[in-house]
Amino acid sequence: MAETVLSNVTKRFGDTLAVRDMNLTVPDGSFVVLLGPTGAGKTTTLRLIAGLERPDSGDISIGGRSVLRDMPAQRNVAMVFQQYSLYPHLSVRANLEFPLRSPALRTPEDEIARRVGEVAEVLGIAHKLDNRATELSGGEMQRVSIGRALVREPALFLMDEPLSSLDAKLRADLRIELKRIQQDLGATLLYVTHDQIEAMTMATHVGVLNAGVLVQFGSPREIYENPASEYVASRLGQPRINILPADLFGAAPAGAATIGLRPEHLFIGEGQEASVIRVEHLGDQTRLHLRFNGHDIVTLADAHTPLRAGEMVRIRPDDPLYFDADGNRVT
Amino acid sequence: MSAFSITEPTRRQKWIAGILVALYALITVMPLVWIVMTGFKTGPDSIAYPPKVVFSPSLEGYVNLFTTQTRLTPEQIETLPPPETWYDRLVREREKTIVGPSRFGQRFLNSVVIGFGSTFLSVFLGTLAAYAFSRFKVPLKDDLLFFILSTRMMPPIAAAIPIFLMFRTLGLSDTRLGMILLYTAVNLSLAVWLLKGFIDEIPREYEEAALIDGYTRFQAFYKVVLPQAATGIASTAIFCLIFAWNEYAFAVLLTSGNAQTAPPFIPTIIGVGGLDWPAVAAGATLFLLPVMIFTIVLRKHLLRGITFGAVRK
Repeated sequence: MAETVLSNVTKRFGDTLAVRDMNLTVPDGSFVVLLGPTGAGKTTTLRLIAGLERPDSGDISIGGRSVLRDMPAQRNVAMVFQQYSLYPHLSVRANLEFPLRSPALRTPEDEIARRVGEVAEVLGIAHKLDNRATELSGGEMQRVSIGRALVREPALFLMDEPLSSLDAKLRADLRIELKRIQQDLGATLLYVTHDQIEAMTMATHVGVLNAGVLVQFGSPREIYENPASEYVASRLGQPRINILPADLFGAAPAGAATIGLRPEHLFIGEGQEASVIRVEHLGDQTRLHLRFNGHDIVTLADAHTPLRAGEMVRIRPDDPLYFDADGNRVT
Repeated sequence: MSAFSITEPTRRQKWIAGILVALYALITVMPLVWIVMTGFKTGPDSIAYPPKVVFSPSLEGYVNLFTTQTRLTPEQIETLPPPETWYDRLVREREKTIVGPSRFGQRFLNSVVIGFGSTFLSVFLGTLAAYAFSRFKVPLKDDLLFFILSTRMMPPIAAAIPIFLMFRTLGLSDTRLGMILLYTAVNLSLAVWLLKGFIDEIPREYEEAALIDGYTRFQAFYKVVLPQAATGIASTAIFCLIFAWNEYAFAVLLTSGNAQTAPPFIPTIIGVGGLDWPAVAAGATLFLLPVMIFTIVLRKHLLRGITFGAVRK
């Protein structure tokens, strides 16, 4: 296990800057989640570290040693792809054994059997070991894919939205399982996702990417509560943060162009009047769609709120976030 | 509710399709059936008019195919010792005797060596080239691919005279090596294009996963790409073999004694008093077998898409 450091890494594809001047440290034993919309450079970052792409400039080191000249096989990283990418001509067992039998690892037979058995047990695929890889369901395939990474003891696990193709229940189960495995093994993970819950529950650190630039890096709480910009603030939060003109509720700090209101930033029952457009009962929570001075606001109310569409409700901002015209935070 | 479905054909559609397929099969199979039947006829039966569909089978054609014979007078036959084998007896009945083996065996062996040799070379080189074209940044890739394809835009035999002169200068005329190289050159463009299509279909993720799993590029190619390209390799091999196996014009032009293949040899089988049709048909029947067996052996690869469903797109 070792620390992975990207220093000033830049990668271009033709005219597109996929990763721009990135500095990122994945501390030993951490679970780092990269967040960002499609095309933000998340996957490219993983591929650069894995050695599937070569950076145009900058340096990548794993365990204090530059790996730029190393083949992927020499970098001692494991990767789970977004697609299942099991070897379709092999059985599940052969898929799991594949990395252990590589010339880079050359594991003894008894060791291979032991590790494959352990991993299959943990992931609940022990009874499928002798099936062909193509005979599995989507969830099973993805578990085998994760298993193929877990049989090794790499310096770094790279995971590219490994749970995105699974149904909600399986995703929740595997999320907890992955976190537990990471803690048990003391493994270091760099994990790419769109999913806020995955980021908030599993990560020790979150990095937010925007158009190839790492715009903020910190603990999940820090990213959520103390976002550096409007962009970062909109990455996390369900329902999304409401971005409104800064002076909508009255005086705003100097330089502020917009006010950012998460549901917890709106105090209901005091302040100015807004009309209720729609009430969505989601079971565990209730969403209120409000109309205030010509602007739409979405916030949360008590799960058993008696409010109905057409009624009026008083709202007041409570310790909101302010952003300037460029979207940067104003404090 | 009316049972209308887009995917499931109606009974009537199935019947029409079935009849069309059966008709087509009949038309394509008839000449083959005729050849096989003729191979088991006697000489007079084979040229009888109206043609005989029911006849007493004979192995005369096959015996004639593999042997050379001379005609004897009844007096000369009297002086010979009694025939020892069934084929001796058969020939003796026609007032002939076997004086030695024919050259069919050697011609057939030439066909096997040249056909399979050039097929192996075409598929081997074609796979490597197709992989490179599919995966690497090759300078002038599109132009090169077009150039490779353009070698098939005229009939190969149009270049017969330059090839003939070239072979004579290089000492490749009438050699197996020469024919293997020639058929490989002709087949290679087809092999590269066909295989590139198949390899393009194999997602790169597999190789990338193998690279990260600790394998080199070549090992990833060998262990991951090749097994999945089996379908494409098998069908390419069948196409290449069929071309090299059936090729006639170059074989006539460039081979005579040593390296002659079966196609130019079969029509030259002359019996006593004209073409020996049963022997020609027997030769054609035997000549069909290797390609048939090869195709049947590889058939399961042709029908099976082994990567089906393994990668979500």
